[in-house]
Amino acid sequence: MTFWTYRRRDNLVGYLFVAPALLGSLAFVLVPLGLVGWYSLNEWNVLGGTFEFIGAENYQRLLADEKLRSALVATAWFAAGLVVLNLSLALLLAVLLNQKLRGTTIFRTLFFSPVLVSLVAWTLVWQLMLQPEGSVNGLLGFLGVDGPNWLRGDTTAMISVIVVQVIKNVGLNMVLFLAALQGVPAPLYEAAKIDGAGPWTRFRRITIPLISPTILLTSIITIVGSLQVFAQIAVLTQGGPGTSTTVLIYYLYQQAFQFHHFGYGATISVLLFVIVAALTLMQWRMRRKWVLHET
Amino acid sequence: MKRKVALYGLLCLLCVPFVFPTWWMVTSSMKPISEIFSESLLPSEPTFATYSQVFRMQPFGQQYWNSLYIAVVVTLGTMAVAALAGYAFARIRFPGQNVLFVVVLTGLLIPSEVTIVPLFQLFQSLGLTNTHWPLIIVPIFGAPCVLAIFIMRQFFIALPPELEEAARMDGLGRAGIFYRVALPLARPALGAVAIFTFLHSWNLYLEPIVYLSTPDMFTLPQALTQFVDNYGGPMWNVQLAAATMTAVPILVVFVLAQRQFIEGLAHTGVKG
Repeated sequence: MTFWTYRRRDNLVGYLFVAPALLGSLAFVLVPLGLVGWYSLNEWNVLGGTFEFIGAENYQRLLADEKLRSALVATAWFAAGLVVLNLSLALLLAVLLNQKLRGTTIFRTLFFSPVLVSLVAWTLVWQLMLQPEGSVNGLLGFLGVDGPNWLRGDTTAMISVIVVQVIKNVGLNMVLFLAALQGVPAPLYEAAKIDGAGPWTRFRRITIPLISPTILLTSIITIVGSLQVFAQIAVLTQGGPGTSTTVLIYYLYQQAFQFHHFGYGATISVLLFVIVAALTLMQWRMRRKWVLHET
Repeated sequence: MKRKVALYGLLCLLCVPFVFPTWWMVTSSMKPISEIFSESLLPSEPTFATYSQVFRMQPFGQQYWNSLYIAVVVTLGTMAVAALAGYAFARIRFPGQNVLFVVVLTGLLIPSEVTIVPLFQLFQSLGLTNTHWPLIIVPIFGAPCVLAIFIMRQFFIALPPELEEAARMDGLGRAGIFYRVALPLARPALGAVAIFTFLHSWNLYLEPIVYLSTPDMFTLPQALTQFVDNYGGPMWNVQLAAATMTAVPILVVFVLAQRQFIEGLAHTGVKG
């Protein structure tokens, strides 16, 4: 028997194949995560050159931080607005595109196209359009409405950031919904039709339950994605006016890289990690439940 | 018939916010600054002076190259790492496999934004800030790659084992089976991974502004925000000329290959 049996050689190949991913995970994900935890227990000002163990002080500061509380509120509003608007629009577009109609491919392409426009380019043109004398207000004026200065009002700035983000990325969820809609067996609709169910009832009683796994998945993907939205806010509002659009990740960036409080920045990172991890784990559990439910 | 007209009307109306911004970006880039807030859909006298101004104000060609080569390297690197790891986790049995898979998968719980402070610290201590290394290495080996690994694994798990067994009978080793049999079959999944990864790298914004400090090192998203006048006010038309140059090539590629694009993404979205 030679030492290099097929099995042994196979094991070795397995380890070699996963090695880059594994070492990368250690070096760029897990060790840094541990360091984030360690930094959060220290006072670390890069400019001052101070690094000193302070235990839970950063966390106490976190709890008392008014700005953090407002960042969490802004994050929640942003995520909620984004999810509701994104999913309802995505579903509406998918249903419209799922009709037997010529030329739906063209419309699908058009609705999807913003996904491909580079993010900052997309944001910049909206910045121009949202100026007080920009084309959004031009259109509103045409309809007889006196439009606000979108990016300078607390509520309107938040609405603007949400809408810009929704139109940019709704195409992705639309495509997922479209695939789910096409998976609904047609005979179900036929049967319901014979039983006298109208289009709205068919939609509510057949379509919605059957695509609910997709609704669940897209909603959590969208919420988690909303926590990572940075460029749009940095370009459109810089977190303003005041702190009305300063979401968690933007606050993290400010504390760590504008004010150079690395220790406190790391503490905010820990908070961001806890939120993202909780949401993602929830998604996995729910998915497992849904898969069981399906079989 | 009436229903059809109504549907078309609705679709056209809904299209406006999706199409108009791109239209406005392109047309505004050809307007003189005095016309930038005019309501007309077309510039009265289209000018391309803004485009040459882009190159005078910033090393824009260099920045374009930076973004492009970083995105290409990251895409190829991610495809390689993800295909290898995804294949091994799906098809090879080796001790400790499940534990290692969980270790890699934790990357899905930890977006790269969470670890930006220690990563910055790491690259600074290595003297690699204001280089492109962090923008290349972290996406290929770190958290952004994990989703790609997951997609590839799901794909290889669904692949019928008979194909590999036949190749094994023919005397092909594991590496040969992977390279000659499994990889060519994985083209759809690799395509989806490539699209995702390219767009992700192309749009990266937080990392470049954290790591890069001189204009000749900038990537496009970061460069686009630098077209300001002496008072810090945006030079709209020049900015949008630069934006047009970054957006239009990708849009053209997309329109040409839109079937593969959308179906590839839908495929992985449902499966992954």
